[in-house]
Amino acid sequence: MEKPSDMENPLADTTGAYALPESGEVVIDSPAERAKIRILQRDSGEHSGYSGISAENVTVIYRNGNIGLENANFEVPVASICALVGVNGSGKSTLFKALMGFEHLSQGSVTILGQAAGKSLAKNHVAYVPQNEEVDWNFPVLVEDVVMMGRYGHMGFLRRPSRTDHQKVDEALRRVNMQHYRARQIGELSGGQKKRVFLARAIAQEACAILLDEPFTGVDVQSEDAIIELLRELRATGHVILVSTHNLGSVPQFCDQVILINRTVLDYGETESVFTRENLQRAFGGSLRLHVLGGDELHEDDDARRVTVITDDERPVVIYDEDHNSKSKQDPGKASEPGGSNLP
Amino acid sequence: MNWLLEPLGFEFMQQALIIGLLVSIPAATMSCLLVLKGWSLMGDAVSHAVLPGIVIAFLLGIPAAIGAFVAGLFCAIATGFLDQNSRLKEDTVMGVVFSGMFALGLILFNYVHTNLHLDEILFGNILGVSWQDVLETGTVTALVLTIFLIRSRDIMLFAFDPQQARIIGINTRFLHYLLLVMLSMVIVASMKAVGIILVIAVLIAPGAIAFLLTDRFDQMLLIAILIALFCTFTGVILSYHLNSATAPTIVVLMSLAFIVAFLFAPKRGVLKQKSKNIAIDMK
Ligand SMILES: Nc1ncnc2c1ncn2[C@@H]1O[C@H](COP(=O)(O)OP(=O)(O)OP(=O)(O)O)[C@@H](O)[C@H]1O
Ligand SMILES: [Mg+2]
Repeated sequence: MEKPSDMENPLADTTGAYALPESGEVVIDSPAERAKIRILQRDSGEHSGYSGISAENVTVIYRNGNIGLENANFEVPVASICALVGVNGSGKSTLFKALMGFEHLSQGSVTILGQAAGKSLAKNHVAYVPQNEEVDWNFPVLVEDVVMMGRYGHMGFLRRPSRTDHQKVDEALRRVNMQHYRARQIGELSGGQKKRVFLARAIAQEACAILLDEPFTGVDVQSEDAIIELLRELRATGHVILVSTHNLGSVPQFCDQVILINRTVLDYGETESVFTRENLQRAFGGSLRLHVLGGDELHEDDDARRVTVITDDERPVVIYDEDHNSKSKQDPGKASEPGGSNLP
Repeated sequence: MNWLLEPLGFEFMQQALIIGLLVSIPAATMSCLLVLKGWSLMGDAVSHAVLPGIVIAFLLGIPAAIGAFVAGLFCAIATGFLDQNSRLKEDTVMGVVFSGMFALGLILFNYVHTNLHLDEILFGNILGVSWQDVLETGTVTALVLTIFLIRSRDIMLFAFDPQQARIIGINTRFLHYLLLVMLSMVIVASMKAVGIILVIAVLIAPGAIAFLLTDRFDQMLLIAILIALFCTFTGVILSYHLNSATAPTIVVLMSLAFIVAFLFAPKRGVLKQKSKNIAIDMK
């Protein structure tokens, strides 16, 4: 039944098989699955051009007539991390809702791994890591219960977890390094740990596409790095990850793709070509803090290169104007002192 | 021992005890949902809104339970509709809808001369139930409990993270209305035993107590049911000896249990937290 979609898209059904490549504990049940893994290993290395998430002419109009998103077009390949960048109210959450099939599209279509969003087959393909404010942290569930929720879509009518389900939960917990917290009530965790639990749920769900809505708010730099490392691992195993963030400084650090959004998609594609000063100014207009520091302000010698510091509200992006080819670089660990200490 | 057995020598006490226990099981089950989903006011609203339904059912010559059920459900659905189509918050809308329906019920009640007694509807008459009532309540109990237990994982997910529920393909809209139907059924079934004023107590207290005592949903369900059964049993027996009104006795016991849990709960109790603070201060 699912054969045809497998043919055009080998990623579609093998999400489980390529979990945990490094730990050597992957449970491979069948030769067919092994073959799929091989296809995957071959393809994911070269980014193979399979479309991970794509939107075509998407328009979302809310009930009250507000236009959340208009004529949005983009495409994100599999095995990539894509940043979704835009001002408040630019339609980031709206786009997520459209991808999850929650919001009726007035026009256009969204596909996830070749399947229309919201269709039953596509359902388990999308995992969503909610913003911290959306979760009731007093709810009587333990960490492992939350991760198990990712498995519900794989269970039968009564939602009785099988041995595989328990294994996947263990695996996911180990992967985010939260196995020692499994019996904690979810409210009794730090901000970064909470995020990791929901990431584990996404991993256990074996979704190919993972959507994270502002995962770095209320998370310290160390946890942020841990989460980023995890996202990189997920990318390496063929997932497509969409992250909305105001944390511009970390975008070049871990995202290979960027979508710039302001009620419509302004630009999308590889970070180097899209995440430029001109584009950011276009996306943010006046609401961006932009400091250009010319060489003469910084030091005495006659080096005329400039440093550009752009900040939305959190970690700034610093663009060093080296030999005037405007190469974008990441600034390691400057989150705590925006601006000042980036100077040479 | 005799203290326990003596009241049960009377048939009306047997009936009161059985119907009380039968009601407390689905009420406690639903209370977990109400507490976690923040639907407490919904319980209150639906229970008040059944009044006009009862009077109209009398006029039409159909069973009061059916009229009550329809009116209760109408209130829940009307609230949802108004909430989605206006800027007002849900609790505001609910307050307007249910108080309006309750007032309408009171007016109708005075106009129409029924053989019903208002205080029986408001406060229940657990000592005056028939075996027929016991049977009907038992049916509702079985139905609600079965649905809840079969779907308990989905219900938990729906309460905890409705977005995830939708993502994995649960029809949350259907589940929402199913739960409202179940809530209305439980309220109507509890009417005889506790009346529409106090039903909210049995629909919240067990879940609230259990919430303080555990960190897991399944345990919360179990604890809520056990506490409700215990309070109902003790309340019925105690009311015989104290010659007090039965339903209020049950509710008072539940409130006491809540206070005890509030103070002494192993992890979330106030005293426990105080003593932790003191221990930290001493260090
Ligand atoms: N439920 C809704 N009903 C009506 N309009 C809405 C609704 N949700 C969002 N909008 C409108 O749609 C536009 C896009 O909002 P959206 O929430 O997608 O922005 P966002 O990019 O997520 O912003 P933020 O950075 O603040 O999270 C906004 O103008 C907003 O006013
Ligand atoms: Mg948003």
